[in-house]
Amino acid sequence: MSANSLTADEPVSFYQLDEQAHPEGHSTMLGFWIYLMSDCLIFAILFACYAVLGGSYAAGPAPKDLFDLKLIALNTAMLLFSSITYGFAVLQMQQGKVKGVQLWLAVTGLFGLAFLGIELYEFHHLIEIGATPQRSAFLSAFFTLVGTHGLHVTFGIIWLATLMVQLSKHGLIAANKRRVMCLSMFWHFLDVVWIGVFTFVYLMGVLR
Amino acid sequence: MSDAIIPHPAPPTHPIFGKLSIDAIPLHEPILVVTFIVVAIGGIAILALLTKYRLWGYLWKEWFTTVDHKRIGIMYMILGLIMFLRGFADAIMMRLQQVMAFGGSEGYLNAHHYDQVFTAHGVIMIFFVAMPFITGLMNYIVPLQIGARDVSFPFLNNFSFWMTSAGAALTMISLFVGEYAQTGWLAYPPLSGIAYSPNVGVDYYIWGLQIAGVGTTLSGINLIVTILKLRAPGMGLMKMPVFTWTSLCSNILIVASFPILTATLALLSLDRYAGTNFFTNDLGGSPMMYVNLIWIWGHPEVYILILPLFGVFSEVTSTFSGKRLFGYTSMVYATVCITILSYIVWLHHFFTMGSGASVNSFFGITTMVISIPTGAKLFNWLFTMYRGRIRYELPMMWTIAFMLTFVIGGMTGVLLAVPPADFVLHNSLFLIAHFHNVIIGGVLFGLFAAINYWWPKAFGFKLDVFWGKISFWCWVVGFWVAFAPLYVLGLMGVTRRMRVFDDPSLQIWFAIAGVGALIIAAGIGAMLVQFAVSIWRRKELREESGDPWDGRTLEWATSSPPPDYNFAFTPVIHDLDAWYDMKKRGHQRPIGGYRDIHMPSNTGAGIILSGICLVLGFALVWHIWWLVAASFVAVIAGAIVHTFNYQRDFDIPAATVAAVEDARTRQLAAGA
Repeated sequence: MSANSLTADEPVSFYQLDEQAHPEGHSTMLGFWIYLMSDCLIFAILFACYAVLGGSYAAGPAPKDLFDLKLIALNTAMLLFSSITYGFAVLQMQQGKVKGVQLWLAVTGLFGLAFLGIELYEFHHLIEIGATPQRSAFLSAFFTLVGTHGLHVTFGIIWLATLMVQLSKHGLIAANKRRVMCLSMFWHFLDVVWIGVFTFVYLMGVLR
Repeated sequence: MSDAIIPHPAPPTHPIFGKLSIDAIPLHEPILVVTFIVVAIGGIAILALLTKYRLWGYLWKEWFTTVDHKRIGIMYMILGLIMFLRGFADAIMMRLQQVMAFGGSEGYLNAHHYDQVFTAHGVIMIFFVAMPFITGLMNYIVPLQIGARDVSFPFLNNFSFWMTSAGAALTMISLFVGEYAQTGWLAYPPLSGIAYSPNVGVDYYIWGLQIAGVGTTLSGINLIVTILKLRAPGMGLMKMPVFTWTSLCSNILIVASFPILTATLALLSLDRYAGTNFFTNDLGGSPMMYVNLIWIWGHPEVYILILPLFGVFSEVTSTFSGKRLFGYTSMVYATVCITILSYIVWLHHFFTMGSGASVNSFFGITTMVISIPTGAKLFNWLFTMYRGRIRYELPMMWTIAFMLTFVIGGMTGVLLAVPPADFVLHNSLFLIAHFHNVIIGGVLFGLFAAINYWWPKAFGFKLDVFWGKISFWCWVVGFWVAFAPLYVLGLMGVTRRMRVFDDPSLQIWFAIAGVGALIIAAGIGAMLVQFAVSIWRRKELREESGDPWDGRTLEWATSSPPPDYNFAFTPVIHDLDAWYDMKKRGHQRPIGGYRDIHMPSNTGAGIILSGICLVLGFALVWHIWWLVAASFVAVIAGAIVHTFNYQRDFDIPAATVAAVEDARTRQLAAGA
């Protein structure tokens, strides 16, 4: 028996008679955080595949032939701005201003759509000049990594739209505030992943 | 993608039925036709009985839509049991084929069928037997052991169960519609690529595992958060029961490894569906990357399976020796060590791939190192038994059988960890004998210990001992008769997954192994009889106290079966082995002052969404693109609709709690 345990004759309480229920949603943030880490692992695998296969051009085009850094810089700016505007939405939420939250969420969604539009334009261009995902292992890994990120942004925008409807129906109730915070984590997480993509795939790809 | 290497051009895809046609029904396989007839008759009989006794409403309201962790746990166990019977049928078929196929005989299974049988056996036993069993066990026991009312995310728990079931269902559908993979349970490319597996078998494999994998990952997240957030006051991490500790580590492994499986299978499906070149032989693809990735998931997976059972053995040894567990702290640290080490051993599954001596040495050494914390655990169990007052009840018998069996399996594992030895034994029956030795001797024996140990908690009556002992002896003897010959054959150089043999001197060993499989079959039969007899005699076997084994942890502090809310008052923990501590210090069970208890509401969202996912999986397998699109949109829309439901909980009124608890008080008084 451990030394600090109580002795038998000391009166102890074995039940919580004055119990307060756990506040609703008290574990959601932790759970969502762990989910994000599991998602992060999926990206880790895709990055690892890109690291292994990124030089396997199969006599096809290489990053230098394909990537237009100015376009990617613009695209990156769209996503980074969207993270800032999401931050503004959270600030508005803390002041209890549902209209402000809605406004900044809408701006965030527009930036997200701009990001997706530029990405689709890039993909379309690459496929048009014959740099398809089937062309080489490098391109398979590239399209899959960047495309998976793009899919996440797409789902983020669907979520964002859903949340805006929910905010207009119920306002800033606790459940909605929690959802705003979860989407915030998700959105910033995608931003962090994109910084990895931008550096590792595009910048270093053009240097190589 | 180069078109030149594709031997069988894919048949044209029908706009409505995709690749599905009447030819997909295996009418040319008499074994499958008979199986289908039997399954159909059995299924119709069950449906008829359910309808006759008007049980559909009850099942839907009380079970299918439940968010109660105890009922979900039981449903997981039932799923595991059903799939276990399927997986074992595959095993018996393989044993029979290998006994027969000597002296020019082709046996009774053609290559196409036999290859599906060994693939399905492996996949089903790991993903749809072992995983549901341990998930069910953790679901049932962990919240009780930490004094919680439910898991952190009760709806997700229900959804996870149904996703696992949908994956299992998709795998079972492949038996009668189309085919299953013929690639072995990990589907290595290039064999599993579209060039060499152009039909739907690998697609069934991929989507069955992807759907189930969603459930597994979510339930992993759920249980981690439950353990971290919902422990009763006073239960610091180092006062958690060992089973809860091993469950925590196992779920951390789930969350840290199943995404890798998801990603890897997604890449394989991109290769198959979109013509990418991740794992192809040409255009820069690397099949070896798949082997690495799948084992980075696969090795932690075996520890996911065994760790919770290490916890079970710890609980059982301590309870039935009447002593506190020897070396609790070292047990926790050993578990954590194994959790971490399990990530840096994966390459020992393919020493022969040619990574070079240094890499092989590193992974050989890490593999051997993992036997140190495992050995520490074994000594802890032995020292717990030392000078204990050991009661040889069924759970303890299974535990001792585990110790004896698992140690041998562990030692053959250390043999395989030596790279030069592995070059001889790689992919031989020695390997097969080794991992069955640890999985049957560890995971299954542990599950049987757990089922015998916690059955009275779940159902309020004990399991029949006579049939339990028959099952025990058949299993233990049968295991050794079935797998010792495989060690011998492996040392003689016989490789796994062989369908026919030339050398007649090998036949006797396969015959012995076949007899062993039959003895195991008797053990399984005896276990089913044990369940049936116990349910039949449940009045005589009734257990009123809630604490039939003189237990030590909190799950024994409540009634058997526990009320919906588990504990009327949340217990306060002062010491390890909290319930033993409470009994020793003469705690008083409160008999008044009940309050409303806040509980989650049932919901049909989980089963509905999973049902749509099953349709989605089937449509993807058969390239029925309109149905893929429709069911995908339906899943997303269904999930969004579910988020508009803000009323997810209710209060059990204090009066109801009082009525339940007063009945319990009378029950205890009558038993005293």
